[in-house]
Amino acid sequence: MEHYLSLFVRAVFIDNLALSFFLGMCTFIAISKQVKTAFSLGIAVTVVLGLSVPLNNIVFKQFLAPGALDWAGFPDTDLSFLGFIAYIGVIAGLVQVLEMFLDKYVPSLYNALGIFLPLITVNCAIFGGVAFMVERDYNLAESAVFGLGGGLGWTLAITLMAAVSEKLKYADIPAGLRGLGSRFIMVGLMGLGFMSFSGVSL
Amino acid sequence: MASAKEIKSLVFGPVFANNPIALQVLGICSALAVTTKLDKALVMGIALTLVTAFSSMFISMIRNHIPSSVRIIVQMTIIASLVIVVDQVLKAFAYNVAKELSVFVGLIITNCIVMGRAEAYAMKSPPLMSFLDGIGNGLGYTVLLLIVAFIRELFGSGTVFGVEILPLISAGGWYQPMGLLLMPPSAFFIIGLFIWVLRTFRPEQVEK
Repeated sequence: MEHYLSLFVRAVFIDNLALSFFLGMCTFIAISKQVKTAFSLGIAVTVVLGLSVPLNNIVFKQFLAPGALDWAGFPDTDLSFLGFIAYIGVIAGLVQVLEMFLDKYVPSLYNALGIFLPLITVNCAIFGGVAFMVERDYNLAESAVFGLGGGLGWTLAITLMAAVSEKLKYADIPAGLRGLGSRFIMVGLMGLGFMSFSGVSL
Repeated sequence: MASAKEIKSLVFGPVFANNPIALQVLGICSALAVTTKLDKALVMGIALTLVTAFSSMFISMIRNHIPSSVRIIVQMTIIASLVIVVDQVLKAFAYNVAKELSVFVGLIITNCIVMGRAEAYAMKSPPLMSFLDGIGNGLGYTVLLLIVAFIRELFGSGTVFGVEILPLISAGGWYQPMGLLLMPPSAFFIIGLFIWVLRTFRPEQVEK
């Protein structure tokens, strides 16, 4: 239990996907202008990340890893080179299914997330989370915890960032720095803040 | 067929005038983590340029046969296959760099530059032009990556491409390295300042 808790805290604060691995930056910089939309996007990312990481873990462990096809009579097959195509396929499929499911059963959430859901397929945070899961060799439970924690960490970062840029609207910034430039510097400062967590040992 | 001038603007336009990172906000996702060293940045830049160019070319070749409802999946498949090729080649011929780049080679798939160019340009242009457009945008990305990596490596660890330029105090020299530059946030500061400089010289890019 303790192991999972520490993995969770690591994923949310110390190894924050957005601020220490720069994942999902495109959406991060483009969307984070309003706290409300930023938060909805964050929730959508958390849901997809929390589902797709364990799902891809199953795909990897059962089909792609060296020797994984033992049950089908191919003990020597190593399909791990097909990984990227399989993961992106699973993510794209999952997002599609999720979209249809929400549309049918939870229309209020569907309307709130609406336009963001299809965008999530190409969000690097999702794919990055999956790739990290494979690289760090998590098991099924660990990958579920990691996916959820990573998503929450990303939500935290984008919501904070949106809150700062809402306030920054009234600031008098030098002309060349307005918009994109100031955003980059802001993310950098937030990253510095989050780095203070790296001293936390669990 | 394209005139020489058109080709020039396709290839060199995105480097400064219309830089994919600094102006179009594309592809920052995987870029920044690989800029602590110049060799990593260079390999990443080359990999991305090749993937963008070839994916644009292939997508443009079949653009009239792709039904628009499944185009994202088709583009994804082409891009993912190319990235797998790049990944396997890197693992075979430059294992150490591939190890250091870790997941970021795979992240080229979701790099918005590749998808963005496929969507915005390759879907409506002939193959050769799309290929050149891909090269141009890849170059824009590579140049920015190299500038950031140069600053970070030179002042962060006193070397350029691993060759010592500023002798460090710890090795008997005089230069005290700036540790901050090796940490993730510094990449954001450098790009932010780079955008500032770029927009000071090109005031038409300033946001209101």
